[in-house]
Amino acid sequence: MSFFGFLNKKTPSGTVAKNRLELVLIQDRMNTSPEMLEMLKSDILKVLSNYVDIDEDDLAIDINSNEGPALVANIPIKAWKKR
Amino acid sequence: MGEVIVITSGKGGVGKTTTSANLGCGLAIANKNVVLIDADIGLRNLDVVMGLENRIVYDLVDVVEGKCRLKQALIKDKRYPNLYLLAAAQTKDKTAVSPEQMVKLCDALREEHDYIIIDCPAGIEQGFKNAIAGADRAIVVATPEVSSVRDADRIVGLLEAAEIKNIRLVLNRLRPDMIKRKEMMTVDDVVDILAIEVLGLVPDDEAIVTSTNRGEPAVADNNSRAGLAFRNITQRIMGNDVPFMELEETGGFMAWLKKTFRIKN
Repeated sequence: MSFFGFLNKKTPSGTVAKNRLELVLIQDRMNTSPEMLEMLKSDILKVLSNYVDIDEDDLAIDINSNEGPALVANIPIKAWKKR
Repeated sequence: MGEVIVITSGKGGVGKTTTSANLGCGLAIANKNVVLIDADIGLRNLDVVMGLENRIVYDLVDVVEGKCRLKQALIKDKRYPNLYLLAAAQTKDKTAVSPEQMVKLCDALREEHDYIIIDCPAGIEQGFKNAIAGADRAIVVATPEVSSVRDADRIVGLLEAAEIKNIRLVLNRLRPDMIKRKEMMTVDDVVDILAIEVLGLVPDDEAIVTSTNRGEPAVADNNSRAGLAFRNITQRIMGNDVPFMELEETGGFMAWLKKTFRIKN
């Protein structure tokens, strides 16, 4: 806190509340359905398994929201399928 | 054919039961035939808010289990002859009723009553699912606080998923003085966030506490600002277009002084 801190008017708490809510709801609305993420995972696996063998134990698919929502997947490949 | 309206919020303590009681009484005063259902099994409260706690013989669970006829479980209000309460069971839990049974119950009540108002329990589990199962429309009650609005957003999502099309917001416990100082979210802030239509704005009012103390809903109190807000909501439920009340206090000596001497603040 600076000596002249009192001169900087603090953001009113009503505005702070609105800003915080807007951020938290972006996350909430994406995460509302864990079932959907599961369905998404199994569908991605289904498609990929046409081409590669996947290590399902180390599979990680998540929604990351640092800079806008992004689907982040780490899918370890055991082997390519022979064509 | 009557209409089934569920009063819900997600978060507890924001005014679901108060809203249910006031809208039930308000509609009864407007000569509608109304049934209030307390769906909060295990934690019943609508009976005390209505001042009918001494009259319960049978409850919701007795009806669905077939221990009594539906008519026997409907408690007639002591003030309004066209208002009835179906109390929740106090000794059972939410699993004592299924959504299918609630749909059946609502359909039976729809035959003979204009409005069926369901007071939903807090939370999003079984009790919530039961309460919304038979509903035609939903009123989401929220206060202008982060926790309440966040839960309301979740509830709106779940109601939409359950294909309840008509979802309206009642914003409760507004403090115009705090909004003016920007220390409380405004109505517009909350509406922007939730993106649902407003049905009513209820100011924070001591009369809600005192009327609940007595078991007499404030909607019948002509001196209560919250009572007026609930009377307006009642009109809007019946499809009448009523302007939103001024939240700012207009009465009182200071207001008269300011008005008379044109003092601006």
